[in-house]
Amino acid sequence: MLTKRIIPCLDVKDNRVVKGVKFLNLRDAGDPVELGARYSDEGADELVFLDITATIRFRKTIVELVEKVAENVFIPFTVGGGIQTVEQMDEILRSGADKVSVNTAAVDNPALLTEAAQRFGSQCVVLAIDARRSKTKPGCWQVCVKAGSEPTDLDVVEWAVKGEKFGAGEILLTSMDADGTKAGYDNELNKAVSDAVNIPVIASGGAGKLEHLYDAIIQGGADAVLMASITHFGNCTIKQMKEYLANRGIAMNL
Amino acid sequence: MIAVVDYNVGNVRSVCNAFRHIGCPVTLSRDMAVLQDAAGLVLPGVAAFGYAVNALGSAADLVKQLALNGKPLLGICVGYQMLFDESFEYGRHEGLGLIAGSVVPIPPEQTVPHMGWNQVHLAEEIDLFAGLGAQKHFYFAHSFYAKVTDAKAKIAYTDYGFSLAAVVQKENIYGVQFHPEKSGKTGLRVLENFAKICEGKNPT
Repeated sequence: MLTKRIIPCLDVKDNRVVKGVKFLNLRDAGDPVELGARYSDEGADELVFLDITATIRFRKTIVELVEKVAENVFIPFTVGGGIQTVEQMDEILRSGADKVSVNTAAVDNPALLTEAAQRFGSQCVVLAIDARRSKTKPGCWQVCVKAGSEPTDLDVVEWAVKGEKFGAGEILLTSMDADGTKAGYDNELNKAVSDAVNIPVIASGGAGKLEHLYDAIIQGGADAVLMASITHFGNCTIKQMKEYLANRGIAMNL
Repeated sequence: MIAVVDYNVGNVRSVCNAFRHIGCPVTLSRDMAVLQDAAGLVLPGVAAFGYAVNALGSAADLVKQLALNGKPLLGICVGYQMLFDESFEYGRHEGLGLIAGSVVPIPPEQTVPHMGWNQVHLAEEIDLFAGLGAQKHFYFAHSFYAKVTDAKAKIAYTDYGFSLAAVVQKENIYGVQFHPEKSGKTGLRVLENFAKICEGKNPT
């Protein structure tokens, strides 16, 4: 049986890890190479690295940084941020990533997911979705692109289903409403998406204490939980999270 | 020196990074002299089976010969699958035939690919796992698996709705379906043990 996964996330801007609240008011959280090595060493199940400066266009410089981070990361490593073509994905995978995450480029051109899955296998292709609660349609969420700066007409659940059909192997689902608040994940969102797709869903945005992780897995149906603020700023260690979840009966890799 | 066989597939960089991290000198090569001189060989692999076998090309015979002559060999993921006779991934392809068995699709009742951390029930007598205890989690990412028919092979299994062969050893030939280079400290320990085996030492 596969375990549930704990995934720290490095949001990287100008070669530093940063973390904000609802995608704004970024504060410095450290060096990506050091943090990556620390999380790998502390027993995280995976690591996600998102270049949040790169929202409009893929930056060559990020490849060098990914190489450096990968030198000390011995767990599966996902990289995203501004990736638009399979050639760029290939470059990122060759520099040491195991999976690539796409968001805006997949919204613009869903066939990119298919092309990537055919070339690298769907296990390499992560569809990142930034979701915001709709102000007009209750119980619905809208897909936002360009690091959350641009709302679209797409419905999150419909887009997740379509993304799976097009070849995504996993969905990284971030609630923009909950991001950085430490008030808990949006488990209505997590549940709506995890019920609608067959591929794993990574819940992201809002982790503030241990029980939030449990709720995302049990109430939200998430296969993995992603967090940034609570690990970067020292509230909880990876070990504490895993032990807590295992004690509550969830299969973990301790 | 351990040689990681370079045949231009997938993410071989992470295997090299992992050996360097544990202080083990490693070289990435497909040069005949380098492979012959190496204390042990690693056959990595992130690719479809047929593609990998074709990419390995003429190096296949050399790797096979060196392994048959006693050089320690570690196959990882598709590199592990290539140790067997044949695979049915996108048509039938011949493997190295070092261990008897076939590589077949994971049954469709299970989620495919098998991707994530799963527990391997370690067999005591496989020295690659010395000092690791009875069961450990490793990171898997694959859609095909090996049905091992070799009576001389030692096998350790993981449970994925059925018993899936996760590790095989036949004398100096080792294969792991999971990615030790992506399995955290436990995975690094497996690579350390392999490095000791290559030096002729007993892992403990």
